[in-house]
Amino acid sequence: MNQDLRREREAASFNPELLTHVLDGSPENTRRRREIENLILNDPDFQHEDLNFLTRSQRYEVAVRKSANMVRKMREFGIADPEEIMWFKKIHMVNFVEPVGLNFSMFIPTLLNQGTTAQQEKWLLSSQGLQIIGTYAQTEMGHGTHLRGLETTATYDPETQEFILNSPTVTSIKWWPGGLGKTSNHAIVLAQLITKGKCYGLHAFIVPIREIGTHKPLPGITVGDIGPKFGYDEMDNGYLKMDNYRIPRENMLMKYAQVKPDGTYVKPVSNKLTYGTMVFVRSFLVGEAARSLSKACTIAIRYSAVRHQSEIKPGEPEPQILDFQTQQYKLFPLLATAYAFQFVGAYVKETYHRINEGIGQGDLSELPELHALVAGLKAFTSWTTNAAIEACRMACGGHGYSHCSGLPNIYVTFTPTCTFEGENTVMMLQTARFLMKSYDQVHSGKLVGGMVSYLNDLPTQRVQPRQVAMWPTVVDIDSPDSLTEAYKLRAARLVEIAAKNLQNEVIQRESKEVAWNLTSVDLVRASEAHCHYVAVKLFSEKLLKIQDKSVHSVLRNLCLLYCLYGISQKAGDFLQGSIMTESQITQVNQRIKELLTAIRPDAVALVDAFDFQDVTLGSVLGRYDGNVYENLFEWAKKSPLNKSEVHESYYKYLKPLQSKL
Amino acid sequence: MDSPVHRVSLGDTWSRRVHPDMASERFIQSFSVEQLTNILDGGAQNTALRRKVESIIHSDPEFSVKDNYFMTQNERYVAAIQKRFHFQIIAKRLGWLENSPEFYYAYRALSGELALGLHTVFLKSLQSLGSEEQIAKWTPLCNEFRIIASYAQTELGHGTNLRGLETEATYDAATQEFVVHSPTLTATKWWPGDMGRSATHTLVQAQLICSGARQGMHAFIVPIRSLQDHTPLPGVTVGDIGPKMDFDNIDHGFLRLDHVRIPRENMLSRFAQVLPDGTYVKLGTQQTNYFSMVVVRVELLLGEIIPLLQKACVIAIRYSVIRRQSSIRPSDPEAKILDYQTQQQKLLPQLATAYAFHFLASNLLKFLHSSYDAIRNKDFSNLPELHALSAGIKAMTSDLCFQGSELCRRACGGHGYSKLSGLPSLVTRVTASCTYEGDNTVLYLQMARFLVKNYLQTQAIPGSTQKSLPPSVAYLTAPYLARCPAQKAADFLHPKLYTTAWAHVAARLIKDSAHHLETLIRSGADWAEAWNQTTVIHLQTAKAHCYYISVKSFTETLEKLENKPAVWQVLKRLCDLYALHGILTNAADFLHDGFLSGAQVDAVRTGYLELLGLVRKDAILLTDAFDFTDPSLNSALGCYDGNVYERLFHWAQKSPTNTQENPAYEKYLRPLLQSWKSRL
Repeated sequence: MNQDLRREREAASFNPELLTHVLDGSPENTRRRREIENLILNDPDFQHEDLNFLTRSQRYEVAVRKSANMVRKMREFGIADPEEIMWFKKIHMVNFVEPVGLNFSMFIPTLLNQGTTAQQEKWLLSSQGLQIIGTYAQTEMGHGTHLRGLETTATYDPETQEFILNSPTVTSIKWWPGGLGKTSNHAIVLAQLITKGKCYGLHAFIVPIREIGTHKPLPGITVGDIGPKFGYDEMDNGYLKMDNYRIPRENMLMKYAQVKPDGTYVKPVSNKLTYGTMVFVRSFLVGEAARSLSKACTIAIRYSAVRHQSEIKPGEPEPQILDFQTQQYKLFPLLATAYAFQFVGAYVKETYHRINEGIGQGDLSELPELHALVAGLKAFTSWTTNAAIEACRMACGGHGYSHCSGLPNIYVTFTPTCTFEGENTVMMLQTARFLMKSYDQVHSGKLVGGMVSYLNDLPTQRVQPRQVAMWPTVVDIDSPDSLTEAYKLRAARLVEIAAKNLQNEVIQRESKEVAWNLTSVDLVRASEAHCHYVAVKLFSEKLLKIQDKSVHSVLRNLCLLYCLYGISQKAGDFLQGSIMTESQITQVNQRIKELLTAIRPDAVALVDAFDFQDVTLGSVLGRYDGNVYENLFEWAKKSPLNKSEVHESYYKYLKPLQSKL
Repeated sequence: MDSPVHRVSLGDTWSRRVHPDMASERFIQSFSVEQLTNILDGGAQNTALRRKVESIIHSDPEFSVKDNYFMTQNERYVAAIQKRFHFQIIAKRLGWLENSPEFYYAYRALSGELALGLHTVFLKSLQSLGSEEQIAKWTPLCNEFRIIASYAQTELGHGTNLRGLETEATYDAATQEFVVHSPTLTATKWWPGDMGRSATHTLVQAQLICSGARQGMHAFIVPIRSLQDHTPLPGVTVGDIGPKMDFDNIDHGFLRLDHVRIPRENMLSRFAQVLPDGTYVKLGTQQTNYFSMVVVRVELLLGEIIPLLQKACVIAIRYSVIRRQSSIRPSDPEAKILDYQTQQQKLLPQLATAYAFHFLASNLLKFLHSSYDAIRNKDFSNLPELHALSAGIKAMTSDLCFQGSELCRRACGGHGYSKLSGLPSLVTRVTASCTYEGDNTVLYLQMARFLVKNYLQTQAIPGSTQKSLPPSVAYLTAPYLARCPAQKAADFLHPKLYTTAWAHVAARLIKDSAHHLETLIRSGADWAEAWNQTTVIHLQTAKAHCYYISVKSFTETLEKLENKPAVWQVLKRLCDLYALHGILTNAADFLHDGFLSGAQVDAVRTGYLELLGLVRKDAILLTDAFDFTDPSLNSALGCYDGNVYERLFHWAQKSPTNTQENPAYEKYLRPLLQSWKSRL
């Protein structure tokens, strides 16, 4: 092991294993997760090639091979529990991008949620056994997050009892669905249902797209890959155009809405349930934000402990770059954020499961708040993580730009999270809508519960700038609880400002919708503040549950850093709201520097506690053993450009150039 | 004259008809786009020359970059070499000289998709660091491509910190040669462009050792590949460093030297030389080594970094008037997404930044040109300021151009993630500029050092006047203003007012920086330790100063345009937007000492939101004024005619994933599908 990393690990003030248990939820979870990881790592069939040297087509091929293997292996190893399947996939697929994935994550669940018993009987077994490979086709070239704008039509023809599917315009071509380009032979297509001359809105249809046996597109179907992307090389995101393509009536998923053979439309009773899936997927993405950021921090912090550069004092040996204050200032707040998001992710997952049990018993009361909160948290964590991964990459200097660092790959794989499953700005505005509703409720005399309960205090505690005395307590910058209060006040203030600006615009514009648009910048700001408060609150509450003293102490420092760094970044809000004074902000900045120094000896142990396998990190810079430079040189030698000593282009262009000029 | 659509378009089926949603944006022209283009180009004659070069480049199919997105690293490298080759022939035929405006415009038209760019860096270093004899000897060899040259500074273990480089050049008086050597693994040169596969020579930065003494970094011309068969020369291990985020067109290389001998004359010796007997003679100050870096950094701004943000703005803003999503009122048709306030807030400040940086960089370039000859003739009086400005402004522009273009990419939703949008490539290119030619954090700190030094000087010499300070920091002696006098939102729309506000914040932070440093020194820390303990505030200080410089530079540009009221009006709004956006993003700095009150910050926000609506109206015209051709944008989303979706569909169909067989089906999918069938 590299000497620097060995020293760092020996000097840590706590046992990272205990922190790993906290992150996994229990020591038993850690044990079982590692057991599953080792099944894969010790399996001779599992070979992991470096994707960086492969073309897009080769990467796709590798992913299909792995997908195919995985189904077999999971049966072999008897892995069926959802959590265990996740652990398995995270190691097996590494990038977590699998062309067959949507069959399991979207096609089958949609079939289960929206299909009748008869439909499930017809398709479930064959899709579970991959006799058919399904995908889920919602997004179109011209429309994404705004579902009602989708243009694909399914027109019922009672004579043949068929639906006729059409992509009437170029913008209506289905665009982006994963696995659609090359892999799938069926798709669940969302289309505007038209029967008896009337449009009934979006419904889901099972559409065969490729012939079983030859895999050729069926007549009336134009299907293909949408071409190269920023990342997701392994995925065949596809397009689908349908021209008068007929499917039997039974292919419409009819658990809720129905079309009778004669074309009569039967309305669904309630479909509040459908957004259960969205909440689930978004809460999963919050966890993914935590995971991606944790990976990036692991790489950047280990590398910063191995890399030596410059000098702090003239004449002394070059220090580890992690000893530079600027490097600590770049990385440690991100490390603290990674921990904060780990706890936010765990919270939304638990809450979802708790509420989901309630839904099973018909209790939907908590769903709207969770829906609103998760939308905002998905946006908040993914925006922050997006910028943070890039910051980690840049903190690794030039080598961070090379694919050897693994960081470009983590970035391009993560960044679509800002867009898919609901574009972030739209998500923030959904949260804002809930905040405005809650604000109005409070003002009409009703109390609100859950994470927005702080709004209950607003009417009695008018928010007025420049009156510090109005606030209940003076902020103690060494207390996570007190800092949580400060964030709460900031959120309350920004929610109130947005609400008032909205009211003013409504009065001036005479249209609620126009007013909403002209207030949307304020509304997004309010949502961000709300989400930030939630993250701070969850982190400081987590501290109460940590028993081990040394782990508690290091997490407390991280929690303080997370809170104080946020204040320093948004100091304008805290000053303007008179939540804190100028001199307190100066103290905050001073305290941040002290915390950087306090965290420094534990930095490597803190990233070790994330417990990533080297294969998951996919990084020469972030290797556990820290032997960076030797391996970097070996890695580069594998580059396709180094295959021959003299490159073909020399004979083709360089030599003739020298003679022609 | 041709209509713009005809001149800039790809000439495909869709270019014949401008999308009605795009046409309506150009219907009311509140100012002359052509006039603004001329201003950006620095004169109508430059616009004409640029367009002439563009039409030569774009009418030649050998220069097409449209298949780039489908290529592997190797294919892109070969294509870039092929283009370079073709380009040299054309340039020779047309008499375009190295370093001429034609070269510059051709590079812009080709979006930099050429190989052998380091050739130019080599030549520039030769010009600034070489003796007259050396310049006379090597320049023609380069120009005729008898040799292919690169520039090798960064090593595996060291980058920005030049003094830490480990490569050694030891003088051997017996043979009058230097022995160039990589003593450790980390001394391996790593990252130099064109070196992996192409270069025959490279300019190696190495520690000079002569007569037993270390003399610091010097530059040596080292032949690395045979001029006969291109194989590495004895003692040389050289190759490509592997896949990167971007720059696939360039073969970044590694280089290990095992006691490679080169003649004494191969050390560049404008500022230092080694006599045959090994005596070291210094002919300039230490600063001179930095000079070629200063030149490269300044030229990068307009030559590479800023156009990337400009292009990202063009693509994202054009797409945002074609894309319709949801409706603002329930009864309305779906709205252009640019009509949403949140979309305006994302994109329009970036557009303002793109303009601000253009003027900032132009002004800095003028400053460089006016100082260049003096410095080459060893008058170094402007060098410290030029060095600080080049460092700080490179850091600020690359930082904000990166953040801005990434924001533009994400503002295009899912399609921004497709390479066919052109945006991922812009982002991956511009992000590299945050690191190369000096890591931004280090560069900001160099700027901060300059600021603190000048401030301490004003303190040391009581009664020092503006005249004794370099012009960019003259405001340090300006009269102190405790409170901003603005009363309402409209008051903030005055260049003088917000320039003063920025100067106030920058000056306060410089004082804070110096104060923190001195406090630590007084409490016993030595200077170096105190500096490292206070770097976070120095970063903040340097950033504020750079922002001030950019605001000031924009307002000075405006002052010269008062005779063109329509253009002045639209640029003034951008300038206001740029300054106010900066104030809001850094509100705490303005609130901190009460310079702005909470109510004043609210007024800034009101003014800012109103500006968004006003700039919205001219947004498309403002992107048109950059006058990028469609082939150089290479974006399915950003074409002049606005036919986004047709083009996206068409381009996707050309992807090799659609034109070639799917090997995965036969190998894996079919067996998978069938194995289950047989079991069921």
